[in-house]
Amino acid sequence: MSSPREHSLTTSHKLEYGYKRSLGPVLSRFFTGIRDRKILGARRADGTVIVPPKEYDPDTSAALDELTPVGPGGVVKSWAWVSEPRRQQPLDRAFAYALIQLDGADTSFLHVVDAKEESAMNTGMRVVAAWSDQATGAITDLSFVPESKNSREDAN
Amino acid sequence: MRDVAVVAFSQSLSKRREADRNEVEILIPVIHELRTNAGITNEDLDFVCSGSSDYLAGQSFAFVSGLDAVGAWPPVCESHVEMDGAWALYEAWVKIQMGYADLALVYGFGKPSMGDLPLTMALQLDPYSVMPLWPDAVSIAALQARLLLDGGLLSERDMAEVAVRDRAHAKENPFAQVKGDFGVDQILADPYLVSPLRKHDCSPISDGASAVLLAAGDRAKQLCKRPAWIRGIEHICEPQDLGVRDLTRSRSVEIAAEKAGLGAGKVDVAELSAPFTHQEILVERALGLGTETRVNPSGGALAGNPIMAVGLSRIGEAARRVWDGSADRAVAHATSGPCLQQNLVCVLEG
Repeated sequence: MSSPREHSLTTSHKLEYGYKRSLGPVLSRFFTGIRDRKILGARRADGTVIVPPKEYDPDTSAALDELTPVGPGGVVKSWAWVSEPRRQQPLDRAFAYALIQLDGADTSFLHVVDAKEESAMNTGMRVVAAWSDQATGAITDLSFVPESKNSREDAN
Repeated sequence: MRDVAVVAFSQSLSKRREADRNEVEILIPVIHELRTNAGITNEDLDFVCSGSSDYLAGQSFAFVSGLDAVGAWPPVCESHVEMDGAWALYEAWVKIQMGYADLALVYGFGKPSMGDLPLTMALQLDPYSVMPLWPDAVSIAALQARLLLDGGLLSERDMAEVAVRDRAHAKENPFAQVKGDFGVDQILADPYLVSPLRKHDCSPISDGASAVLLAAGDRAKQLCKRPAWIRGIEHICEPQDLGVRDLTRSRSVEIAAEKAGLGAGKVDVAELSAPFTHQEILVERALGLGTETRVNPSGGALAGNPIMAVGLSRIGEAARRVWDGSADRAVAHATSGPCLQQNLVCVLEG
């Protein structure tokens, strides 16, 4: 005899706002770059570079359209050690959120450093981008790891 | 400019979890007490404005139900901001300045205990380049604290002293949530929550609500023996990305204080709504407060943080000290966004 379950029609139901949004002229190029494993910053009128790029200069409101590659290495300007990550957060082990000033950039960029333990973190340390195997064009396609001698040679 | 004053204030307890009451049920006694104490009815109100966040309720247009606490009759001219009630007060002040109202009810409310508040706060960050990393509010604040510590601009001991001061003041505040006598060395021995922040560096998570009555000119004098006149009010916002801001000072507090005319006289009392100890130090510095100012006699946001009402409550707490004569001149501060991104400064005088 079959169980009632086998005769029941079941279907999945996903509640969501099913729309897509254009990222606009600047962030589209930034995230296309991320998909291609490149990080782009925007050059301001004074020559400085901000990452992530913005359509408009946050201080002067001037339109920005010149994007320039930055990183993949950079310097940790500040960091917060998350010893008990939440389910939604990018890593399932302790990690650091950090403000990272990428090589070639003048402002810092908030991202994640996978450092294994807190004692491996310090302000001023160098980190380098590590890419997931399947980049999709999202900010979660990368994380940062402490720069080793080897990774530095690879980057160069 | 019209003379506009804060003439009445009421608030709920700040509670970690309001298990049995929804937002409207938290608000009803607060609004009722405000009307009763001021001796007014809904017919007297020209304008009603509220501050709350649908992200806390997890439901769109959740603020509409908050209006049930005011009452559906007679029809009111009403508005809402998805911000702390202090910004609703600013809108009401503008409405009165424009001559559209003489008496306005302002309220703010939040019930963050329904979710994971530090994570909910990540939703206010850039939706593409930051939010998908889910940086929680404590981690974001910790990045700022470390910049200050590394720069030698303050110490962990300075931060602990702020917590000890506010918790001691809060013993006099029946509405506060975290209060008592603590030792600096004692709390510095606690482990980090998100290094370099310890639990005492963070405001509590609080369910709660508050309400304020604003009145113009003679109407204010009828309703209050010694109205707390708003002599300056300003709010300023900094850029969205943390990386382009100088996080080691609060430029927006500095500018707002200058525009509100804070420096024109002695400040007896300051009520600050900075949710982290290092941010309270930054706000104090940006306001240029000296030893003659009593900071956070209520305990401030570190003693009770009913989000979306906490800034409005600071205005109410400052006004209360003008009414009772313990302050001739007071300043209230409210904040919004990550790392003190946006700030409001309100100067009150007797």
